[in-house]
Amino acid sequence: MTTTIEKVIVAPEEPRQSVLRRPKETTGVWSWFTTVDHKKIAILYGATALIFFVIAGIEALLIRLQLAGPNGSVLTASQYNTLFTMHGTTMVFLVGMPLAVAFGNYLIPLQIGARDVAFPRLNMFGFWVFLFGGLFLYSGFFLGGAPNGGWFGYTPLTSAPMDAGFLPGRGPDFWTIGLIMLGVGSVTSGLNFVITIINMRAPGMTLMRMPVFVWMMLVVAFLTVFAIPCVTAALIMVFFDRNFSTNFFVAAQGGDPLLYQHLFWLFGHPEVYILILPGMGIVSEILPVFARKPLFGYSVIVFSGIAIGFLGWGVWAHHMFATGLGPVAVSAFSLATLLIAIPTGVKIFNWLGTVWGGSVRLKTPMLFALGFIAMFTLGGLSGVTHAIVPADTQQTDTYYVVAHFHYVLFGGLVFAIFGGFAYWWPKVFGKMLNEKMGKITFWFMLIGFNMTFFPMHFLGLQGQPRRTYTYASNMGWDKLNLLVTVGGFIIALSVAVFLVNVIVTTVKGEVAPEDPWDARTLEWSIPSPVPEYNFAKVPQVKARDDFWHRKYTEDDQGRLVLRPSDSADYKGAVEERVDGHDIHLPSPSYYPLVVTLGMPVLAYAAVFKEPLLVIPGVLLLLFGIYAWAIEPGTEEH
Amino acid sequence: MSETTLPDLAHALESEISIHGHADTNTGATNAKLGMWVFLSSECLFFGGFIAAYLLYKGRIVSGPTPHDVYNIPFTSVTSFILLMSSLTMVLALASIQRGDHRRFRIWLFATALFGTVFIGGQIYEFTEFYREGLSLSENVFGSSFFVLTGLHGAHVTAGIIWLLTLWGMSMQNKLHVQNSERVEIAGLYWHFVDVVWIVIFTVVYLIPK
Ligand SMILES: [Cu+2]
Repeated sequence: MTTTIEKVIVAPEEPRQSVLRRPKETTGVWSWFTTVDHKKIAILYGATALIFFVIAGIEALLIRLQLAGPNGSVLTASQYNTLFTMHGTTMVFLVGMPLAVAFGNYLIPLQIGARDVAFPRLNMFGFWVFLFGGLFLYSGFFLGGAPNGGWFGYTPLTSAPMDAGFLPGRGPDFWTIGLIMLGVGSVTSGLNFVITIINMRAPGMTLMRMPVFVWMMLVVAFLTVFAIPCVTAALIMVFFDRNFSTNFFVAAQGGDPLLYQHLFWLFGHPEVYILILPGMGIVSEILPVFARKPLFGYSVIVFSGIAIGFLGWGVWAHHMFATGLGPVAVSAFSLATLLIAIPTGVKIFNWLGTVWGGSVRLKTPMLFALGFIAMFTLGGLSGVTHAIVPADTQQTDTYYVVAHFHYVLFGGLVFAIFGGFAYWWPKVFGKMLNEKMGKITFWFMLIGFNMTFFPMHFLGLQGQPRRTYTYASNMGWDKLNLLVTVGGFIIALSVAVFLVNVIVTTVKGEVAPEDPWDARTLEWSIPSPVPEYNFAKVPQVKARDDFWHRKYTEDDQGRLVLRPSDSADYKGAVEERVDGHDIHLPSPSYYPLVVTLGMPVLAYAAVFKEPLLVIPGVLLLLFGIYAWAIEPGTEEH
Repeated sequence: MSETTLPDLAHALESEISIHGHADTNTGATNAKLGMWVFLSSECLFFGGFIAAYLLYKGRIVSGPTPHDVYNIPFTSVTSFILLMSSLTMVLALASIQRGDHRRFRIWLFATALFGTVFIGGQIYEFTEFYREGLSLSENVFGSSFFVLTGLHGAHVTAGIIWLLTLWGMSMQNKLHVQNSERVEIAGLYWHFVDVVWIVIFTVVYLIPK
């Protein structure tokens, strides 16, 4: 039951035919290039996304320096365009989504009791595509123009040919091709999560026993798989219009620039949930542990998550109220948008119900989770005002919108992510983060965040337009803008404290026990950091919050009592670390990297219209795919 | 909800392409097969975007040829029928390898690839004819949306042909065994999908008048 039982003595094997020798290393620097271990891949995703987070933060600070006072001269108009485009694109595609994938990668197999994801090599492929896609986007800075048409890339601004002079340089080409490439990576990781969750759960881990985080990631994975192809189609049309003179968005030829907006937001609104549902999942894991109560209304939270996943497809045009859709469409989308607030509101009450009456421990993860609830609620409320069409028409393209979505995505996702870091850090790295520095991070972030984004509501209602590089001094916006800029730097300070915390505790931090928070889910039942094989014994799941039930029982008056440590149930609550060399795990591989290397080559071929680059690109791709197909997932030993 | 147990998860991992026959999973279906279904459902939305663009632009041609001017419905009906038949031969190929009849498997698989190639040949002929009659990518919205949609579909068929021929080559070298028949099944799923997409395109793009 525990491991694959293999005959130890076998005839000397003939070496398997393969072009490249199969990598064997599971430690050392090189192992990070060939690994297929979901935990290592998660760390790669997380570390890379954090670097992009810092870059996007620097971009935001430059924007804020420019806007700190009227008639700012820190940036030129075109530099400003590039920075707000890259800030948005980076935060959505290179920070938000990959961080969610990082958490999903690490936690999904552990929380469902599996030893890896369904497709380990495809998992690594997804990471390489993310890394090279990000580098490709940023290489635009050195190769004739970084993207500069906004993270939404509206046509015909982006789709007009380069010589039309709408957007000088190759910015839109880098943007369209880069996003298509990143989309490939996102779809593969979404697909991987879907199959892992529906197919690889441990015995007894029924769907309704899965941790809420896994449920939310399942919804996210489905949304990713279905939303990305919509934007890919739109991006291909933009690229063709720009480079092959097609007429998709040329109004004079009967083309319709609004088609792009429809396709983009058909992706873009589900994308909002792709970004926020993982945060909701993380918070739903943290709250019960630090309130020492089971999650209030588990099934309601699960089903409202699923409801959001469905309703999220019917609201995209609320991003387009100002484009003149006609009264019927506008009313329908307004109504649908009001409707989707209901499952979201239900969740907020569930979280409050979880904390209510619990014995709350205000550790760093809990602070971030509570911060998430408060900030996300504010963002949700300003979101509801967008559903009211007359108000929305007034707010469109002002800082009110900027305030709204930062409350949802920063106040929501980023707070949840930092809570998740604080919560799972000991499990992943085997070291406790410093609690004092964690609290400083939280309070700086909370204060800085509200100083930055709350005044933007007022600025927006006073008419300050977004995406505009400067403003005159007689508008009455000066003081609030200065406040916003100061707030931005306080956020930066909080992130700096977090990074110092990471460095200091890595060097000389307290060693983490298996279960530092007295937690509820399976990942806490195994050693910290998690051994390569995850579970020495595949767990037999008997209940929701299985690990908690192994540790605790009720006495005859219904009070919670710790099981005696020698009882049969408690035994094995926490696994011993074993020498797992006889546990059959998927083998490392070069080919995810080889296949991915072909993609930037083809991407540059497309951007520069250089047919000579197509040949090496296709050859790398084909060689990688064939070698991958021939190579077995797990090498026999 | 499935209560199927996983006697050995590590073994299930090997089913990335199921090498050791069936693997125990919660649903009973292998990861690879379910993965292909999820991938294909994603592809539906991809094609959906281009089909929507085509339909939106149908009545908006400003200048140049219209569908009515260029379509040769009898010709495209024949090539569409050939592609449809290739789904039948694909079914026969899969049935053969599952029975262990490798000779018939190779014949049917090769026939499938051949029918696909004939279809692509027809598409190349059609594209050149249309181009001669003045329809190009940049001529009008019809040209743009037609060529990009059918071209992307053709690229999918071409990838499928390469995939089938690869399997055929493996079989000729006796490297494709009955236990690997799932590889054929998955290629078949892809092939049928590409076929179904064409049936939708043929109906919506060619047959429905504006
Ligand atoms: Cu929306």
